[in-house]
This record gives sequence, C-alpha cells and structure tokens, in this order.
Amino acid sequence: MAENTNTTPILELRKLCRYFGGLKAVNEVDLVLQPHALNGLIGPNGSGKTTIFNVITGIYEPTGGEVVFEGQSIGGLDPYIINQMGIARTFQNIRLFPNLTVLDNVRIAYHTHAGYSMSDAIMHSKHFDKKENELTEKAQDFLRVFNLQDRQAEIARNLPYGEQRRLEIARALASSPKLLLLDEPAAGMNPKEAITLMELIHFIRDKFDLTILLIEHQMRVVMGICEHITVMDFGQVIARGSAQDVQKDSHVIEAYLGPGAAELSKQYLKERKQ
Amino acid sequence: MNRLNKTSIFFLVGAVLVFGIVQALISAGIINSFWSTIVLLAGVMAIVSLGLNLIYGFNGQFSLGQYGFYAIGAYTAADITYRWVQLHSASGLTVILMISILVGLAIFLIRGVVSKIRGMDTLSAFALYLAGVLVAIFIATRLGMLIANPVTALFNLMPEKVAQYVVYLIAVLLGGLIAGEVSFLFGLPVLTLGSDYFGIATLGFTIIVKVLLDNSDTMLGFDEMKGARGMIGIPKITTWATVFIFLLITIIVIRNLLNSSYGRAIVSIREDETAATSMGIDVAFYKTITFVIGSFFGGLAGGLYAHINGFLHPNTFSFVKSFDPLIVVVFGGLGSVTGTVGAAFGWALVLEGVLRLILPEGFETWRFVIYPTLLLIMMLLKPNGLFGNYEIPFIRSVVPPLKEKKADEETAKEVA
Repeated sequence: MAENTNTTPILELRKLCRYFGGLKAVNEVDLVLQPHALNGLIGPNGSGKTTIFNVITGIYEPTGGEVVFEGQSIGGLDPYIINQMGIARTFQNIRLFPNLTVLDNVRIAYHTHAGYSMSDAIMHSKHFDKKENELTEKAQDFLRVFNLQDRQAEIARNLPYGEQRRLEIARALASSPKLLLLDEPAAGMNPKEAITLMELIHFIRDKFDLTILLIEHQMRVVMGICEHITVMDFGQVIARGSAQDVQKDSHVIEAYLGPGAAELSKQYLKERKQ
Repeated sequence: MNRLNKTSIFFLVGAVLVFGIVQALISAGIINSFWSTIVLLAGVMAIVSLGLNLIYGFNGQFSLGQYGFYAIGAYTAADITYRWVQLHSASGLTVILMISILVGLAIFLIRGVVSKIRGMDTLSAFALYLAGVLVAIFIATRLGMLIANPVTALFNLMPEKVAQYVVYLIAVLLGGLIAGEVSFLFGLPVLTLGSDYFGIATLGFTIIVKVLLDNSDTMLGFDEMKGARGMIGIPKITTWATVFIFLLITIIVIRNLLNSSYGRAIVSIREDETAATSMGIDVAFYKTITFVIGSFFGGLAGGLYAHINGFLHPNTFSFVKSFDPLIVVVFGGLGSVTGTVGAAFGWALVLEGVLRLILPEGFETWRFVIYPTLLLIMMLLKPNGLFGNYEIPFIRSVVPPLKEKKADEETAKEVA
C-alpha cells in the first residue's frame, strides 16, 4: 500500500485504550486505515480485537485515546450516529433480526435513507408509496449481490448458517458505509466456503468502494486477501505489515505458539532449506 | 402497492358490515343495555391493548403503565365534559387544549436544544424538559382561562347536542394527547432502563396515578373529581359508532405505522437492540416515540371509557387492573394486531358477559377463578397466544415480488 501512504487515512486510532476495571483489553493501540484498503486484524483469543470493533462502532466508550474517522473524532458518540457517519459492522456471533424476513433485515438498515416522514407513513400518502417502493427495490438489489434474492420472504433465523453470514454483510452494506468492519466473517465455514466468502469480500470492496477491516482466525484466508495485517496480543499491537512480514515476525510466532517457538521455527526453516 | 387494493376494500367492507350488524342489533333492542355496555368496554379494551401491544409486543418494552395513561386520559376527558355539562363552561376544554399545545411546543423546542448539546446526560435533559413543561403549563393555564368565556359563547351558538358531542370528541383526543405528553416525560429517564426494570418503573407509575386520583380533591385540588368517592356527573355519550370509529382509526394507524420503515425500526429494537443501533437506528428516540404513541391510544381509550358509565372510580385503575391489557395482549399474541382485537372482545364478552350470566347467583365471583384457569390452560397449550403471529391480510405486511432485473444478474452469478 506504499502508493497510498500520502492520502489522508479514513480511520485512525491514536493511543486508544479501553479498560474493564483492571483488565487492559485495549492498551494504547495505534492503527491507521488507508481508503480502499483491505486490512486484517488478527491475534490469539482475548487479545482485544472485538473490543476495538466495539469502541470504533461506539458500543463502548474509549477509556483513553482517540478514534478519528475522516478527520473527525468519533470516540464516545452513539453507535447509531457513527453508523450514519459511515461505519458499519457485522458481529462475531451473528446478530440478525431473527424473526423478521430477509428483506426486512436489509430494509431496516436502509431506514435512515427512507425519505418519508412518520406522518407520510401513517397517512399512507402517495409519497410514501413511491419511496417505499424505491427502498424495497434497493434492498432487493443488495440481496441480488449476495445471491439471496430468492430467500427474501424467508424468516432470517431459518436460513442456513452461511446465508445468515452473507445476509449480515448485506445488511451492513445497506446502511451505505465507507468503512466496513467484519468480525470473523468466515467463522464456522469450511475452507471452500471461506474462500468463496473472501472472493465476495474482495468483490464488494471494489463494487462499493469500501475500506474493510476484518478480524479472522483462519490464517489461510487472512494471509490470502488482506493487504495489510495488524497483529494484537494482550491488548497491544505486536506486529504490522504485509502477510509475509507478519508471518516471519518472531513476536507473532511466539504469541501464537508460545515462548521459544520463534527460535524453533527458525531452526525448522533452516533444516528444511538444507 | 395499490393504495386501495383488494384487501383494503375487503377489510373496509367487512368493518362496515360488523359495525352495521352490531348497530342494528343495538337499535332493534336485541342487544340490551347490559350487553351493549360490554361491547363498548370490549372496544375500549381493544384500543388500550393495541397501544400496549405496540409498546410491548412490537417494541419489546415490558410496560405495566398502560392503565396509568388510561386513567389520565379518562379523568382528563371527563373533567372537560363535566365542566361543559355541569358548569356550562368551556374552561376545562380551553385550559387543557392550551396545556397540550404549549407543552407539546415546549417539548419540541427543548428537544432541539438538547440534541445540539453533545454528551448531555439523561437526567439533566429530563430536568430541562420538566422545567420547560412546568413553565408551559403555568402560561397555558392563564391563557386558557382568558379564552374560556369567548370559546364558551362560541360553542353556545351550536345546538346543544352538537356542542356537547364536539366538546366530547375534543376531550377524548385531548385525553390521548395529555397521556402521550406525560408518557414522554415519564419515559425519558425510565426508557433507558432494561426491559424488566422498565416494567417495575411503569408499575410504579400506575400506582402514583392511582394515589393521586384517590386524593384528587385534596392533593390536586380538583373538587369535581371527588377523590376516592368517585367522579359522577359525566355525560354518558359514548356510543358504539364512536368506539368503532376510534378503534378502526387505531387499527389503521398502527397497521400503516408497522408496515413502514418506522415500524420496522420499532420492531428491530425488539429483535436486537445492539444490532439495531449499529444499523443506524436511534434506539432511544424510537423507544420514546413508540411509548408516546402507545400511551396516546391508552389515553384515547380512557376518554371513551369515562363516557360509557358516566362514573369514574380510582379503583378501576388500580395496579391489579393494570394487568388486564397485558393479559389481553399476551392472550391474543404478542405482536399481533388481529389477536389483540380478538382477545379484547373475547375477554370482555366472556369475563363480564357469559361467565356472569351462566354462573348461578352467588357464584359470580367464581369467574375470577375460571378465567385465570383458562389463562393457565391457554398458556400451556398455545404459549404464543391465541393468534400467534397471525394477521388478517389487510394488516399483514406483504413481501413485494422480486422485480426482474438483468443488469445485476451478472454480479449475482459472479458472487455465487
């Protein structure tokens, strides 16, 4: 991403902290996301990745530090305002609106762009009909992108797991974000499904001109598509760079495999070369 | 999406038929005054329960405060018509009209100010609203008294019956408005609580209202309400036609609201609050507005109720009674408009009508044993309520057919 370094970053975390009592879930994390980049955030369980997502999207207030989105400090704003500014997310444990139809799930994310007032709705005016039709068509277009158009009348909780994941991404996209945060989008998928999903993420990044930050545990997937990877452990960033850089980093190897592992892996690689 | 499609016409024709048949039976005297009162009560209960279903069934906020707002609506409307009929003065009407307008205005203006101040906590905002509302009430009372005489003269130009009916209609609407405004003020700090805690807080509200009504002559200074002795002298002018039209309007308003983007926003909060707020839904705002609309219908129904028997007693609004609409809503099916209306009529007809008649003399009180037993059996057999999620076609939201599009088919293939 060398060619992009002179542009203004879309999101910047400056010494971001989030403590839960004595637990430093996120501790002085700096992170810069360039526009249109596909960024990965990895780390062992409990290293603070999802907490960072929750702070960025406003579910938690930062204990210290700053979250800057497009030059504006957004730390501590209400989640719905942050979403309207252009950050959307998916959740680690899928959080659809389970008893609503697939179409309604997407239409809800479109709510802020509905374009009619509550009295229009109650009076069922012509303007309401027109705008509601437009809204529905837009939502159906999103379902098409994710190949869910035939499922639109289905109740969301009855969808198979993979489709629920896709629907959640579709819903996030419908709120027309500039930055999309994906929390373990490939969790529970087999390798083949995961690769299809990654292609999809690549595709929507280009189609909707998004910046993407994703948390993922399947290394094959992260290493395959992320242009820039940040590795966290115990609430702190321990490495950042391209996939190759991160794989070689001794801190990363030790975080994942335990102390001393870096030395062993170096020996192993040497032996293999010989 | 035709505005007057088949289902709407079908529904309206059906509604007119139901209305006509009941009206004819009442006029012909086949339904005697005992049964017609029960039918009116059922209609009123349907409106209260629809309001509660909006709050609990669709927005997921467990409220026991519905009867408090019902009481506020009832006493507000009753006081207006009492002053008109007994004291021949429109002062009640003008004062409460002014209060509802100025308080609404004050809330609107303060909302504009509060939304600009970033990071204002709920309690300071509440204090600001409260101060604004008190000032508004003070000014409104003075203004209302000032225009009372001219307005009285104006109404006296109309024939007596018409004037009475117009005053009554306005009174019912004002009862709803005042209930809505009170619910806004009450909901502001309380709606930030989680669902169960909100339930307890609203129960507290019902009790406060009941105690205030018990002492309305001493604590509030409304002598005509006569405190715990009960208010008499309210004109009995609620008819089946009035109840029916208000019920019809309630159903249509709720149906139109729910089948819009705003309705979906309301329901999304019930489904998953965190997900809703992450999708750009202003959860606090939609909780408040739903609570206000639901309470408005509660107040409206109260106004209608006050003019059925011409007698109001604080015991009607005790907190045990406040479970009645809750039972109706759960019985009919949480989140089902059809179920709520059906259950409300069933509730009134069975509990007050059939059981009272079939039980031998001296055993009437047993209906409060039979009816909870019915509830228990019902909850065991059909925990989703009588109608579950069922809605008649008019109310049901339709998933619009997929429109043919060729441009995007390539992308769909690409992704698949």
